[in-house]
Amino acid sequence: MSLELKNVVKKVGIQTHIHPTNLKLEKNTINVLLGSTLAGKTTLMQIMAGLDKPTSGEIWFNEKNVTGTEVQKRNCSMVYQQFINYPNFTVFENIASPLKITGVNSDEIKERVGKVAELLKLSAMLEKKPDELSGGQQQRTALARALVKDSDLILLDEPLANLDFKLREELREELPKLFEDRDCIVVYATTEPLDALMIGGNTATLLEGKIIQYGKTLEVYSKPENLNSAKVFSDPPMNIAEINKSGDTCKLTDNNVQWKSAAKIKDGTYKIGIRPHNITTYKEGNNSVEINGKVLISELSGSESLIHFTKGNLNWVSLSNGIQQKNIGEDTKLYMNTDEFLYFDQNNRLVKHG
Amino acid sequence: MAKVTLKDLSHSYLEKQNSDIDWALRGINIDWKDGGAYALLGPSGCGKTTLLNIISGLLKPTKGEILFDDNDVTKLNPVERDIAQIFQFPVIYDTMTVYDNLAFPLKNRGLSEKEIDTKVREIGEMLELTSTFKNKASGLTADGKQKISLGRGLVRSDVNVIMFDEPLTVIDPHLKWVLRSKLKELHQKINRTMIYVTHDQIEALTFADQVVVMHEGQIVQTGTPVELFEKPKHTFVGHFIGSPGMNILPCEIKNGQINFEGKILPSNTSIKKKNFSKTQIGIRPEFINFSNEGIPVKIKRISDTGRHKIIETECSSGSIKVLAKASAQIPSGSAHLTFDQKYTYLYGDNWIIE
Repeated sequence: MSLELKNVVKKVGIQTHIHPTNLKLEKNTINVLLGSTLAGKTTLMQIMAGLDKPTSGEIWFNEKNVTGTEVQKRNCSMVYQQFINYPNFTVFENIASPLKITGVNSDEIKERVGKVAELLKLSAMLEKKPDELSGGQQQRTALARALVKDSDLILLDEPLANLDFKLREELREELPKLFEDRDCIVVYATTEPLDALMIGGNTATLLEGKIIQYGKTLEVYSKPENLNSAKVFSDPPMNIAEINKSGDTCKLTDNNVQWKSAAKIKDGTYKIGIRPHNITTYKEGNNSVEINGKVLISELSGSESLIHFTKGNLNWVSLSNGIQQKNIGEDTKLYMNTDEFLYFDQNNRLVKHG
Repeated sequence: MAKVTLKDLSHSYLEKQNSDIDWALRGINIDWKDGGAYALLGPSGCGKTTLLNIISGLLKPTKGEILFDDNDVTKLNPVERDIAQIFQFPVIYDTMTVYDNLAFPLKNRGLSEKEIDTKVREIGEMLELTSTFKNKASGLTADGKQKISLGRGLVRSDVNVIMFDEPLTVIDPHLKWVLRSKLKELHQKINRTMIYVTHDQIEALTFADQVVVMHEGQIVQTGTPVELFEKPKHTFVGHFIGSPGMNILPCEIKNGQINFEGKILPSNTSIKKKNFSKTQIGIRPEFINFSNEGIPVKIKRISDTGRHKIIETECSSGSIKVLAKASAQIPSGSAHLTFDQKYTYLYGDNWIIE
């Protein structure tokens, strides 16, 4: 089983919503589409589902060209950000609805609905109507309906975005488990980097209608091929600065912060990307370098401290473990873990990691 | 500017109340200092919006009083209470310019052109809106519009309280960071009493000096972010704050000692009272270590968030999550866990035993 997009383009009027896109998704994989609002996630999913036709290019499913095949003839389920259920059906009837349409007998319906309801912790609610449920339970019902029919392709379009923080955390953890023993391809769209990391699988980073990188999630996170992919996959936002490398010494262009680097890259000007958790109030790793800045604001989350600071024209964020109380305007000393720096060339391509 | 006191406040949407569940709010007592930054945190349905509406005067409480600076305002309507409120969705005039939007609340109160101009420029500067002053609001992005909503709430200096009702829900993760720290910075600059309502623990903890955690119509704990993290007074606080939340597992009390998984856990508390219907221990994932002896567990799953590893383990009492550094070596198969005694708490019927 595989789903392949071949040179897919989507234009609406003079605007290009999807630039030429090639992507091959394999059987038994979860694939995250990660990007901000309007990056093209929903458009791509609708093309995958057959709800929308590409302007040019083809969609192949199981080595067959399915471009133009309507959604009803594809074995596909979709879950949206808004909880969509039949309000006058019970939870049982909601989950059973796709099976009824395809004429599955009532004993089998009972068994399959029972099984998926248990998986999604809905067993006690089968006789209730959707409006008697909490938001989390309503979305579980929609998920159950997507899971019950053994689809080849399951598309989840920001399914957790309308849920409370805690429910999101809980469902995000359960989702990968739900698909573990399934013969299907799952596509999951989100704006949140943490969603992608928790779900695992593969991730495609998207920006302005283009897939900028696709690969194993942790790989895309730790070795972003380009600066844009690194930016899309960083929350809090990545700290970026221009540097000069000469011999084994690197130096921030506009500041006198410098460090030794064993990087085997030519002398010249680069950009570095530093994730906030690699700038801390304490030393991490064997190769840290000091940076002195002025505190803009500090935020505590109980277990962690975010310190926003300025250094010359830089406006950066650091993230440390524990409670590090700082006052606005205070001079502060922080440490950057140079082993975790990402180096990008003039074309914003990654040239060195660490 | 005012301090806010809520005295024995209860509210029910029903005419007659037979039991606790008929109350949307029960026995709320709060003292908020003039100029403080506070958050009301809880899941949907916990009563936080009801409480907000009571403070703003949209709703009259069934019982109790609201005082601003020791003046009883319980019977006053929203206008008389002089409150600024910012909602989840931007409330602005699309046809007006950014400048006129910000000036509007001041014009309504008959301020002179000069006073208005000074204030609008001051707030515009803080929110980095000055360069867009002449633009029509209709052309702005969602976060741009929300910035104006924030500006309109902050521009008046004669309000008693500024209230924020989930103001960042519609904002993309990258911009959330910017707006959130902006808001915190503004609070420190203009020093007004601010109340921030949210289900998102990160927003609440990073914004507020004091967070009120609500659960099923009651306040379960009020404290600084650090207090809520380090010493949850109720199992709900342990679960709701922290990501992942606190591990809460059944235990027994025998001869004044905590028995867990057939072992006696060293404890900081002397346990006197015994007649609880259930007793549990609580330990945060941050305060658990792998070791050669201790609680035997099976490793079920490891998720890598790039910064941390979250290890899901299982013992006979249930699942225990452990948080480790991303670089940590994690045993496979079976392992033993030890709990940091300082942060291991005992709960009787969900409340901490001290």
